[in-house]
Amino acid sequence: MLGKLDWSAIPFDQPIPLVAGAVVLVAILGVLAWVVVKGHLSYLWSEWITSVDHKRIGVMYILLASVMLLRGGSDAIMMRIQQAIAYQSQGYLPPEHYNQIFSAHGTIMIFFVAMPFVIGLMNLVVPLQLGVRDVAFPTLNSVGFWLTATGALLVNVSLVVGEFARTGWLAFPPLSGLVYSPGVGVDYYAWSLQISGVGTLVAGINLVTTVLKLRTKGMNYLRMPMFCWTTLASNLLIVAALPILTATLAMLLLDRYLGFHFFTNEAGGNVMMFMNLIWAWGHPEVYILVLPAFGIFSEVVSTFSGKALFGYRSMVLATMAICVVSFMVWLHHFFTMGAGPDVNAIFGIASMIIAIPTGVKIYNWLFTMYGGRIRFATPMLWSVGFMVTFIIGGLTGVLVAVPPADFMLHNSMFLVAHFHNVIIGGVLFGAFAGLEYWFPKAFGFRLDERWGKAAFWFTFLGFYVTFMPLYIAGMLGMTRRLQHYDVAAWRPWMIVAAFGMAVLTIGVICQIVQLVVSIRNREALRDRTGDPWDGRSLEWATSSPPPVFNFAFNPDVRGEDAYWDMKAHAKQQSLEHEPPEYQDIEMPRNSPTGFVCAFFATIMGFALIWHIWWMVILGGLGAFATFVVFAWRDHDEYVIPAEEVARIDRSNIQERRNLVSMAGAV
Amino acid sequence: MNLLDPQGPVAAGNSTILVDSVFIMLVIVVPTIFTILGFAFWFRASNPRARYQPGFVYSGRVEMVVWSIPALTVILLGGVAWIGSHQLDPAAPVPGTGSPVRIQAVSLDWKWLFIYPDQRIATINTLTVPAGAELNFQLTSSSVMNTFFIPQLGSMIYTMNGMVTRLNLRADNEGKLQGLSAHFSGDGFPDMMFDVNVVSPLAFPEWVANTAKTDAVLNADSYKKLMQQGIEKGRPVYRLDDPRLFDLIATQHIPPGPGPELASEAGRAHSGGHDAR
Repeated sequence: MLGKLDWSAIPFDQPIPLVAGAVVLVAILGVLAWVVVKGHLSYLWSEWITSVDHKRIGVMYILLASVMLLRGGSDAIMMRIQQAIAYQSQGYLPPEHYNQIFSAHGTIMIFFVAMPFVIGLMNLVVPLQLGVRDVAFPTLNSVGFWLTATGALLVNVSLVVGEFARTGWLAFPPLSGLVYSPGVGVDYYAWSLQISGVGTLVAGINLVTTVLKLRTKGMNYLRMPMFCWTTLASNLLIVAALPILTATLAMLLLDRYLGFHFFTNEAGGNVMMFMNLIWAWGHPEVYILVLPAFGIFSEVVSTFSGKALFGYRSMVLATMAICVVSFMVWLHHFFTMGAGPDVNAIFGIASMIIAIPTGVKIYNWLFTMYGGRIRFATPMLWSVGFMVTFIIGGLTGVLVAVPPADFMLHNSMFLVAHFHNVIIGGVLFGAFAGLEYWFPKAFGFRLDERWGKAAFWFTFLGFYVTFMPLYIAGMLGMTRRLQHYDVAAWRPWMIVAAFGMAVLTIGVICQIVQLVVSIRNREALRDRTGDPWDGRSLEWATSSPPPVFNFAFNPDVRGEDAYWDMKAHAKQQSLEHEPPEYQDIEMPRNSPTGFVCAFFATIMGFALIWHIWWMVILGGLGAFATFVVFAWRDHDEYVIPAEEVARIDRSNIQERRNLVSMAGAV
Repeated sequence: MNLLDPQGPVAAGNSTILVDSVFIMLVIVVPTIFTILGFAFWFRASNPRARYQPGFVYSGRVEMVVWSIPALTVILLGGVAWIGSHQLDPAAPVPGTGSPVRIQAVSLDWKWLFIYPDQRIATINTLTVPAGAELNFQLTSSSVMNTFFIPQLGSMIYTMNGMVTRLNLRADNEGKLQGLSAHFSGDGFPDMMFDVNVVSPLAFPEWVANTAKTDAVLNADSYKKLMQQGIEKGRPVYRLDDPRLFDLIATQHIPPGPGPELASEAGRAHSGGHDAR
């Protein structure tokens, strides 16, 4: 009846996951109870859960990423403490638990923190920057989000029901095969990623289509803000690379469920094929994450320097060059597998070539600052912090692209330090910069600067104190994923790193406090103009938060930095001339399709993991039926009447006009 | 296990390239970091002496320079990578004094088996080699992937079931080194560290002769016991019954390790899923 599921799946003998799971469950139930008691349920349902508004979906993506960041961060804290104390001892985490933690940490941080964070920011901002009213496929957008949430949910369920993979975040066979990992851990891993992978793929298709097909009047390709370009590049990579992951995991699952032999030791299976396939996705994946971050930094550096981006066309070229070359370097992840010197050298050099456009980007940001008038608001601090940190990560990255150096550094703590250096220093700093920068746009008030700066400094310093010791440990021959060790020389560095982790944690706490403080002071921090940073692109041309239709009129773009242009040339006109006739606006209707579909997908995923076949059929039919119902819908749009549009837009313009005249009086 | 304290020519070559590459890049990276901080500081909004040039958004000369700096660096490093990859190919010979020693390494769950086919002996978790001689490694795995790595001798290499990888090393100085597995392979992975004893060329035959006196014999049966999951705290040694044992393993005539199914309680302590089949 319940497949492999029975009471032994609940780890009653392991207090850590059980208590953590119970706390989370109580917290979720508490929030739900609060929502129901306060009568917010219908608001939550109609305004958020079923919303197809790209801004709302973007915010939900970011919320998901933030919650999962806390989960992945807790794993990181546990790992750093374990390695600090597990010298000549077992530490406090037995191997089967420690191995789950590092596997979950990597999986969560990449798939359920970094991915939803950047996708959320792209969702929130790109339609606004393009001057359009929504993404190309609004309901699909909602489906994408909820499927990602399903994946995240399944990973967290594994904490208390069964186990998570004990194989590392890429689950290399044969270790992840049925023979060596008979438990449900790898199945949790694979099905979570399969389901959220579908979500990511549709998000990618959606954003590519949006950038290619939905741009406002005059917004031709070479006038798009850099963030739109990096979004395009990143989502092209998603569309091209995510199917490889899906296919690879599908083959692994066929091995595990139906006795196939794609990646087994026996019967002609080829484990090296898995390595090639997973990295053919895995390497573009890191550029999927970091390219949007590059876009965010481009926006931030340009805005806070009070200058247009230096060398815009060069930046576009560099972005697209990274997009293409990132597909040609995957083999550098296994130079030490014994490929010949020609193969190694060619892939090593190809990997280094990516450093050229990346270096160009750094220099172009540098020259954007040159001759600027730089305001060090929190987003700019994250950006400068990024530039310094990312260069160091780039250096160590090019270093491990040199095969003979990689022969000593592969899989070492040096490598761990390297990819945290680029992912924290690049993606996470970018996500935080973007969050600070666009938060007022999403919610109508700015975040508290003092706490924001404190968060930056603690995170920045905490990063160095945590990861520089890992570089040194790597140079001392320490490999990754060690649950315990006996080498005295490694110990001090593990202790320093654990201390650094504490500093990083303070940084995270500062972010949480910043959010709470900002919400409490929201009236003082209110952004009435819609343009709190003296911005340059179209998202600042509408109110904060924007009305559901974003723009009452499709903006007319006449150059790069569209909004800056408007402000410079036609500020008085646009604000004082009475706008032309308002017209009805058609917007897509809310749809529960995404939520319902994800609900069934969750059931199906859980049932697949535990071999509960009747439930698999139920979930599959349910998800399919949801789509059929959606496909047969009669009305997919509703009309916002012209008077309503006019009322919203006029009050917005009035607010701005008051501020402008006040500024004039001063 | 310091990578910058090499004890053989391969590690010396690796670490030279490592250090050289870092310095080549530092020449670019350090000035760039200082320029970033300098520009950010000088062009702060509160500095009245900094000239605001909002129109400075394109310069062909600057573009030329910013594309060529990383490009030239990469051309230089690319040369280093190309030459280094060929000179330090793990399979390339590393000439030494005396006759080369053939060693066949098998990664097991979770210990290392070193077979000396010419000496007809085998050891677990201890590798004894003569100083100065070329060491020809052939490597495979009994089950999951591992990576054979002696940091101070250089160049790690994967071990995979059903496949043989090759690695040539040389240890120049007598002494004790440590090796490890550098690819996660399961619960016992941290205990896959092994000792490397580099002895004088004269002491090596002596050690071989002493080892060969052991009663324990390694053959297909005793190998199958070793394949079971578990860690090995001791340092057992064996006489080698059949010098083709390694080939039988690598060609899967001896099937791959059983995984947790047949293992001791330690291997399957954690359940979650129990038996999936």
